[in-house]
Amino acid sequence: MNAVAEAIAFDLASQKLRELNQFLHGDLGMVKQVRVLNPDGAHSIAVGVNAPVTINIAGHAGYYAAGMNQLADVDIAGNAGPGVAENMMSGRVHVHGFASVSAGASAQGGLLIVDGDAGLRCGISLKGGDIVVGGDVGAFSAFMAQAGNLVVCGDAAENLGDSLYEAVIYVRGKVKSLGADAQFEPMTDADHVTVAGLLKQAGLTHDPKEFKRIASARSLYHWNADANQEY
Amino acid sequence: MDNNTPDTGPSLEESWGYDRKTLDYIQRASATGLYEIRGLGAKRRVPHFDDLLFLGASLSRYPLEGYREKCSSKVVLGTRFAKKPVELEMPITIAGMSFGALSANVKEALGRAASEVGTSTTTGDGGMTQEERNSSKTLVYQCLPSRYGFNPDDVRRADAIEVVIGQGAKPGGGGMLLGQKINPRVAKMRVLPEGVDQRSAARHPDWTGPDDLAIKIIELREITDWRIPIYVKVGATRTFNDVKLAVHSGADVVVVDGMQGGTAATQTTFIENVGIPTLAALRQAVEALEDLNMKGKVQLIISGGIRSGADVAKALAMGADAVSVGQGILMALGCNSGSYMQGGKHISAIADYTKLGTAPGFCHHCHTGQCPVGVTTQDAVLEQRLEPAVGAKRVRNYLKTVNMELTTIARACGKQNVHHLEREDLVALTVEAAAMAGVPLAGTSWIPGRQ
Repeated sequence: MNAVAEAIAFDLASQKLRELNQFLHGDLGMVKQVRVLNPDGAHSIAVGVNAPVTINIAGHAGYYAAGMNQLADVDIAGNAGPGVAENMMSGRVHVHGFASVSAGASAQGGLLIVDGDAGLRCGISLKGGDIVVGGDVGAFSAFMAQAGNLVVCGDAAENLGDSLYEAVIYVRGKVKSLGADAQFEPMTDADHVTVAGLLKQAGLTHDPKEFKRIASARSLYHWNADANQEY
Repeated sequence: MDNNTPDTGPSLEESWGYDRKTLDYIQRASATGLYEIRGLGAKRRVPHFDDLLFLGASLSRYPLEGYREKCSSKVVLGTRFAKKPVELEMPITIAGMSFGALSANVKEALGRAASEVGTSTTTGDGGMTQEERNSSKTLVYQCLPSRYGFNPDDVRRADAIEVVIGQGAKPGGGGMLLGQKINPRVAKMRVLPEGVDQRSAARHPDWTGPDDLAIKIIELREITDWRIPIYVKVGATRTFNDVKLAVHSGADVVVVDGMQGGTAATQTTFIENVGIPTLAALRQAVEALEDLNMKGKVQLIISGGIRSGADVAKALAMGADAVSVGQGILMALGCNSGSYMQGGKHISAIADYTKLGTAPGFCHHCHTGQCPVGVTTQDAVLEQRLEPAVGAKRVRNYLKTVNMELTTIARACGKQNVHHLEREDLVALTVEAAAMAGVPLAGTSWIPGRQ
């Protein structure tokens, strides 16, 4: 560990992940920035952080990077494995490469930015967080998403927004198919403002008017015998 | 009629295949187009702990004096990796039951009772309430597929985390909580619109198989600084393989829930037809741990129809380290009782059972939120029928009684510690129970399928 003023570095080539996470869970004192060198796809980097600290992961991260994040600003220079920023409560996680499956799963708050594509089930069970994906998202993205926004600047694969609750999805490109109970809806001024704000936070310059809105038709909110389970 | 012929009334022969219960099911389905959803567990008769007996001490074994000699019932759970394992005074824990299914008063009562007798209680789908955290000395926090109300602050203040793969009443199925129980507080905790029929996912959102689960467990350990145990709970189906996979995934404790386990709301066809009996699951779970040489290193909790000290004793003798009780706890609180206590007086609830089309002793209407005794409800009036102090006392009494029965049986078998009970102390009353439990049929040395 090399402490220099308000910054500190952990080299996972020579230091254990345990040391990094334990440090991040303790009293950070004056430390404002933590650099993680040689992450080499390690799982559970910077999980359970609850402090307004900037964490720079200098490479690829494995499963659950920045899982359950609170307050921290986590920057991943490479790709992220499954479940990046899962159950995030607040703060910001920025993946500069691609994100694997279940990116931002169950996130209750905060902002997840993926510059590249995100895999299957991006934003599954989303509970209030916001996700901006610069590229495409895989099938079943925003499955059972309850609250929050998923902004997709590229295309969306099959069954987008299956079994949605109150989360809203915005897609700029093509949607291969919608899932059960998801429907296209007209974009309102409020939607344009929401999309513009999230794009700005993600450093993207697309025109919000290019996006389509997908939300729940709310036909699954109560059991319906006549639907014959075909929604 | 000939005066010499006795009057026996009309000759009525009920069909075995189309008895009154089946007729009622078909006619109800044809009238409504809906399957039945109900609470509690399987009502069908399956081989169970009732089908086992203990071989008390005699000439070949030496008993302990029932009230004089000590018999320990302490248990430590989570010794494999956790810095701070869960230490309990009795091997009888309170199963996970959600705030939403149960009222906040009930959750508080459970925490108070568990703390008084030195055992643990468990959250459920929907998150941790302040009431249950404040009242529970030892609280197990469930991590469920829905992740309703799941957050890192509560992860950090939990005494153990239980990753729920499934439950005995509905292995392979997600949960449901019907709209009438989604009141403003429940809705807020679960981030759902008020009054919707809530569906819980059947699969976790961020992992899909045992290899992923191993990584998920590491994440939870990292978040909690390896301080608290991680349990993995499975519904009983392919239990031998599931327990092995849970151990390989890094579980400190495996919880196996048999098909008699309860639920707040599930399809009747699911409750009665999916999963295997607790007795069969327990034997498979123990064999899996023995096969891995992990018996005693990974603790086993069994649940699903545990009612009495005898059930607990038999479960421990078969190899469980502890049990978990759900429905028994609800009944201790007053579930299916004809009255509830209010200001120290018994008040009849019969009329409210009648309104639901049922009666005390037969009620399984937890899913409606109209519990006549205020246990499984979110209704502002009905929930007042369960006073936390009254509920806590009843559950405390029940748990104490069950533990005393457990130690009584252990002493009779010559054990100074309830965990010294062993399979050799058991025999079975039926061929089926002998085969499932792997103990000899009473009066013989025959274990069907093994010898």
